[in-house]
Amino acid sequence: MSLQPVKFYQTGTFTVGNRLLAPEERSVQANMQRTNSLNSGHRACQGCGEALGARYAIDAAMNATNRQLIAANATGCLEVFSTPYPETSWQIPWIHSLFGNAAAVATGIAAAIKVKKQKGQGGDVRVVAQGGDGGTTDIGFGCLSGMFERNDDVLYICYDNGGYMNTGVQRSSATPPAARTATTMPLGPEPGNVFGQGKFVPAIAMAHEIPYVATATVADLRDLEYKVTKAMGIRGARYIHILVPCPLGWGTASHDTIRMARLAKETGIFPVFEAEYGEVKSVLAIRRPLPVEEYLRPQKRYAHLFGKSPAVATIARIQALADKNIRKYRLQARQGGH
Amino acid sequence: MDKPFAITLKPGSSLANHTGSWRTTRPEYVDRLPPCNAACPAGENIQGWLFHAESGDYEKAWHALVENNPLPAIMGRVCYHPCEGGCNRQHMDSAVGINSVERFLGDEANKHGWKFAPAAAASGRRVLVIGSGPAGLSAAYHLTRMGHKAVIYEEAPLAGGMMRFGIPKYRLPREVLDTEIQRLLDFGVELHLETKVTDVQQTMKDGFDAVFLGVGAHIAKRAYIPAGDANKVLDAVSVLRGMEDHDAPLLGRRVVVYGGGNTAIDVARTAKRLGAEESIIVYRRTRDKMPAHDFEVEEALQEGISIKWLSTITEAGMGERGDDIMVEKMALDENGFPQPTGEFERMEADSVVLALGQDADLSLLENVPGLVVDKGMIEIDAGMMTGHPGVFAGGDMAGNERTVTVAVGHGKKAARAIDAWLRGEKYAPLPKPELATFDRMNPWYYSDAPKTMRPVLDIIRRQSTFEEVLGGLDETNALFEARRCMSCGNCFECDNCYGVCPDNAVIKLGPGKRFQFNYDYCKGCGICATECPCGAIRIVAEEN
Repeated sequence: MSLQPVKFYQTGTFTVGNRLLAPEERSVQANMQRTNSLNSGHRACQGCGEALGARYAIDAAMNATNRQLIAANATGCLEVFSTPYPETSWQIPWIHSLFGNAAAVATGIAAAIKVKKQKGQGGDVRVVAQGGDGGTTDIGFGCLSGMFERNDDVLYICYDNGGYMNTGVQRSSATPPAARTATTMPLGPEPGNVFGQGKFVPAIAMAHEIPYVATATVADLRDLEYKVTKAMGIRGARYIHILVPCPLGWGTASHDTIRMARLAKETGIFPVFEAEYGEVKSVLAIRRPLPVEEYLRPQKRYAHLFGKSPAVATIARIQALADKNIRKYRLQARQGGH
Repeated sequence: MDKPFAITLKPGSSLANHTGSWRTTRPEYVDRLPPCNAACPAGENIQGWLFHAESGDYEKAWHALVENNPLPAIMGRVCYHPCEGGCNRQHMDSAVGINSVERFLGDEANKHGWKFAPAAAASGRRVLVIGSGPAGLSAAYHLTRMGHKAVIYEEAPLAGGMMRFGIPKYRLPREVLDTEIQRLLDFGVELHLETKVTDVQQTMKDGFDAVFLGVGAHIAKRAYIPAGDANKVLDAVSVLRGMEDHDAPLLGRRVVVYGGGNTAIDVARTAKRLGAEESIIVYRRTRDKMPAHDFEVEEALQEGISIKWLSTITEAGMGERGDDIMVEKMALDENGFPQPTGEFERMEADSVVLALGQDADLSLLENVPGLVVDKGMIEIDAGMMTGHPGVFAGGDMAGNERTVTVAVGHGKKAARAIDAWLRGEKYAPLPKPELATFDRMNPWYYSDAPKTMRPVLDIIRRQSTFEEVLGGLDETNALFEARRCMSCGNCFECDNCYGVCPDNAVIKLGPGKRFQFNYDYCKGCGICATECPCGAIRIVAEEN
């Protein structure tokens, strides 16, 4: 009791800002001069996690590059809700080509910038590619893997909401086991999505041994900004995978978007870590451990697990997956943390 | 206009799309009532002054504090801090040590000689305040702030009332009391000592527009106990009062205190400090029924005071030397009332001190028409006014809960009512905002931080001396403690709403100016309200 640290800031860095912290210690989002890369008036649903995650990430990237940034965007919610021709919410140079080629387009932009620089034209402009889990883990995966393999100077950001939400909530290879989607209905002996090997792209990105791979959620802004900023300080291929809850596809209340992301992290469902050249360097430890039920129950896509007779065995399998994450990434709650 | 190949429309911004029209519910900023403020009998805006203390601006914090209570250094020592009982932080780790921060601020003010902010322009009205206890001082202070001339008549040779003649020094050092009273006098409160008012109506004719009665309750209640001549049967009020004289009361080697309130504890602890080998409290009920505050009982037990539960004194002055008393064992009946058992025990006692409660001396009010006295207490209305127009009352003489804090609250409320009455209006308190309950908050955002304990004087030292038992915080842990405040129900500019809005529909107005919703684009998702740590945003349904 007698040895308490004097430095204690009420909410520390958990909140977006904190008037007790020096301005340089506050988040990009707390700044009145933040870019607002994705501006008001976009057509995302109420409480959209992806719209939030995209502004968090791109504002941080803009801040880290002194606003010298071009973004390539895959097809998906983020593209559709932000840019219905001829309007756009983007306040940065931004290009959309096809569903599956965002990584390739970004590679091309990076190459063009490199050539221009060699010719003495233009400054040091950096490139970000972004897409949803459909455009990243399924349709754009070939281009993405090629970008990694060539170590192109691009930060690829995947906003993972676990499905093709824009077209009516179909399954993607990032849809979690047992989740209901329009194409994995809660019918038969194993309702919802199958328990497969899954496709956790951060691990695949690490297997490419690229300079930087990280995961983040919209519930930990400071961590997210730290990772984007760090990524922009590195040359070569980088990958950040951000969990962005989707009120529509997950069947959650619009006001619970950040809470759901927090629960995914606190239950161990979604490991938050960073890796360099294929090795995990740090993890965001669990702060208040919770069983997976806390995460599953508020989501209508798991409603079939909590019917008259709860699907105890299925919930146990999901718990086992979370426990495996906790073991594998060493997420156990501890003093201090990241 | 020249457009690139295949482009037919000019690029536009999504700002043209007012997504606010989607909204069915809307967020609104609110200031809810923090539970500490709701629980404070003195009506302090605790969250408000802690806000300044959190940033290390103690002078501003102290000024915010004394807007409601002119005696923070005293209050930081003698208050039973009901605020901490209400504190939402107890649902996380433990309540914020509000009382210790208050004391720190009070001591800082005394150390640096901070003065009250200037009073309002003089109104030319004069108000008589009878009694210089906490109620009277508080009333005089607030009346002065409002521009009225407050004149205190005090019967005793020194000011402070029960704070001086009832509360032992080890809980309230007299220099602290003197400093805070002196600040009030410097502020313009006029004090006349050794001035007894025998007839209120007559005194009022000396140019006073209204009067506030705060004469306290200092007549000890007696219980009939048959006693021989030799045994000393004293009352608690005179023992504690006697401590302010040159010669301390002679209580002897073995002191028995009869009663179960805070005063009984004060006397027993005082007896121990005066050198009694044994100091025993005899109380007719059990510990959980005892009116004394638990931490005081705990401190007394630590100091070696023993308590005889379920016992009454039936006779004193027994035996050859007249220093034995008879104690009867009691048993609680089904209603929780003690009933005699017929089991007796003889005890040795050099003195018996009765601490059975106090009554107010209301003799000065005998000829005032309209005054109603019920069960020894003066009746007042919601605006602290007695049945006689222009005569107000507060403190121990007007309430069942007799603490310094309650008295300070009475004084403030009465001052406001007197101010209204002087202007020919009726005092109507502002409606209270809804309570900032813990379920309206998002505790995730607060850092873990257990309570800083104030140093407690070594047991040996406090058994023999009248040094202050509880120590104070220093600058570093006071800041730490202040920052444990969660600012329940009141924006503390954490920027969460500004950050978490997916629609960029929160406008940040800059430091100290808080935020504003941009309803043109707010879709009403409610994330801001869910993620507001302190519960300062509410969601309401849109009309139509």
